[in-house]
Amino acid sequence: MFEVVSNDVLAPALHRMVVRAPRVAASRKPGQFVIVRSAPGEERIPLTIGDADNAAGTITLFIQAIGASTRTIVAIPAGGFLRDVAGPLGLPTHIEQWGRVACIGGGVGTAVLYPLAKALAEAGNDVTTIIGGRSEAYIILKDELSAFSREVLVTTEDGSVGRKGFVTAELSDLMADPATSPRAVFAIGPVPMMRAVAELTRPRGITTIVSLNPIMIDGTGMCGGCRVLVGGEPRFACVDGPEFDGHQVDFENLFDRLSTYRSHEAADCKLNRQVQP
Amino acid sequence: MTTPMTTKERLAIDRVRMPELAAAIRSTNFEEVNRGLGHDGALREAQRCIQCKNRQCVAGCPVGVSIPEFIGLLAENDLAGAARILQRDNALPAVCGRVCPQETQCEAKCVRGIKGEAVAIGYLERFVADWAMANAAQLGAETPPPPTGKRVAVVGCGPAGLTAAGELARAGHNVVIFEALHDTGGVLRYGIPEFRLPKEIIDVEVGRLRALGVTIECNVIIGKTLTLAQLRREFDAVFIANGAGLPTMLNIPGENLKGVYSANEYLTRVNLMGAGRQADASTPIIRGRNVAVIGGGNTAMDCVRTARRLGAERAMIVYRRSEAEMPARIEEIKHAKEEGVEFLMLTAPVAILSKGDGWAASLRCQRMELGEPDASGRRKPVPVEGAQYDIPADVVVNAVGTGANPLLTATAPDLALNKWGNIVADGSGLTNLEGVFAGGDIVRGGATVILAMGDGKLAAAAMSGFLA
Repeated sequence: MFEVVSNDVLAPALHRMVVRAPRVAASRKPGQFVIVRSAPGEERIPLTIGDADNAAGTITLFIQAIGASTRTIVAIPAGGFLRDVAGPLGLPTHIEQWGRVACIGGGVGTAVLYPLAKALAEAGNDVTTIIGGRSEAYIILKDELSAFSREVLVTTEDGSVGRKGFVTAELSDLMADPATSPRAVFAIGPVPMMRAVAELTRPRGITTIVSLNPIMIDGTGMCGGCRVLVGGEPRFACVDGPEFDGHQVDFENLFDRLSTYRSHEAADCKLNRQVQP
Repeated sequence: MTTPMTTKERLAIDRVRMPELAAAIRSTNFEEVNRGLGHDGALREAQRCIQCKNRQCVAGCPVGVSIPEFIGLLAENDLAGAARILQRDNALPAVCGRVCPQETQCEAKCVRGIKGEAVAIGYLERFVADWAMANAAQLGAETPPPPTGKRVAVVGCGPAGLTAAGELARAGHNVVIFEALHDTGGVLRYGIPEFRLPKEIIDVEVGRLRALGVTIECNVIIGKTLTLAQLRREFDAVFIANGAGLPTMLNIPGENLKGVYSANEYLTRVNLMGAGRQADASTPIIRGRNVAVIGGGNTAMDCVRTARRLGAERAMIVYRRSEAEMPARIEEIKHAKEEGVEFLMLTAPVAILSKGDGWAASLRCQRMELGEPDASGRRKPVPVEGAQYDIPADVVVNAVGTGANPLLTATAPDLALNKWGNIVADGSGLTNLEGVFAGGDIVRGGATVILAMGDGKLAAAAMSGFLA
């Protein structure tokens, strides 16, 4: 049992949860994730570790409540417990001295981006951060990211804050000026966003790292459900990733596989039975 | 028994038949197929054992169960005595009585099999183990020996780890098992379906180990949460039995279509997570109408029989050799056939095809024929030129095997591995690192429950020697 120390709402349906998991807190590195199961009978859900406090023995998780299982997790109040937290899983982010880098986050991806961007800044990189969301309410962690970013650029689809449009517009502008063009780009967010960023940087050959979120069960390489095509080869996001070279990832296949259990008539589970009359 | 039976009388008894749930009923649910012998049937079967002196059956058992001894007591209706022998020799008798391939081990060596049928040792083991579970109070709790003060870490809560833990605890060591998943049992829980091994049996056997003082910590991934180096600092010895957990890909087009599973994923969803099986399970599974399972081992049989229970109209085994070469147990093949599973032999998968919607729709197959024997001694399948055809398959399960999981070994650079990534261990399970032992599939690269248990038993003895 893993105690929920705090649980607050950052944006619509987006929670920040601090969980007591001392072993994970002690061994995690940026880019890694945990598998969480809220209670017996519930799904195993992979969640990126947003931050950790080794002294307090806690980790911070950012959870977007998009399905029945994630809604069950965020419904657990401070003082409550998660049945299982296993990790840290996946390979840590490869951090090196790139010089000028752009860190791009979309929606909940911004929370996943945060530890990575922080680690890049701590390693001496010059970090420009671009964050995007549907509207102002979905723009998260701006102040936290500002603490170590040269600049935090904001885009919203409705223009309610920052520039109206998508993160790629800001990236395009950065790339247009040799003085601001990044040597490496880290993009984490919805699949279409990561694909758009990778397509933008591809002609210029700018190293582009993306963090993938396929369907997972065990998270230890055992089931292969999280396989993604990278450079035409099957790779397991849980043990070979979750970060991959964005120019090599088959985003279409990833996007397609993510829809496997989305209201498919043959998919049988409690989730589907609940919505059927 | 007042007067012992004569050998002639024993030889006159026919081998008992295992009562089974009818195929038409069982192929729609997950209830255990083999129902177990009744008391009278078990006693009569035990009387078939002629108690030969050279005990070939024991030599055929990877954990060396004192078979004639427990059967002898059973024949005299001393069930408690028989149970004590079994529990002393075998950490998981109720499991072994169900899933061991007795026909190639103890029963293959049984003298009675030379002219007739072997004693049904597996059925008897199961009978006694089930009796022991139901009559635990009568047997009384095992008294753990005086503590040695030594601490041992066991990595993995599957058959090898559980067996080693039991042996080590009975030797007085303080044992902690680290399990990566959220529940105990390893492959016994996530891999073997309920209809062959009910999950309560794992709970009871694990409970017996806990009563002996074994601690089990779930959600701890060695190589990630803790490293082997940390375990070596904190414990006096380590036994690594983290299993063969990395599916081998088919490397054919269409493998990433929706509806294509590895056997591990398919079975884990249903067995560990309860998908399609438990009303309260949140984990989904695609129930195919036409399910093609690729492979011919026990895992393939488990998948195809699971598919049938999930409602597949056609549940098919696709295997590139012929039935004679199939590695699956004869009983599993027989049960699968009774349940309506189709066997497409001399059939190799070439590609998984879609109708353009991202979902698997059919399996393109290549007709094979048997050629010269290969390195394994089995006749090598070779393609019949021009003989390709498609079979409908909206779910495809790849059950061709697994490789070594790299999570632990990737963070233990000093640990010697072979070219396949399996840990190198000697006959006693000792690795190249002092105090570090290994066994089961991480050493063998995909074998059986009982061989893993044999490794656990041997390694535990060697570890006690090391710790003395």
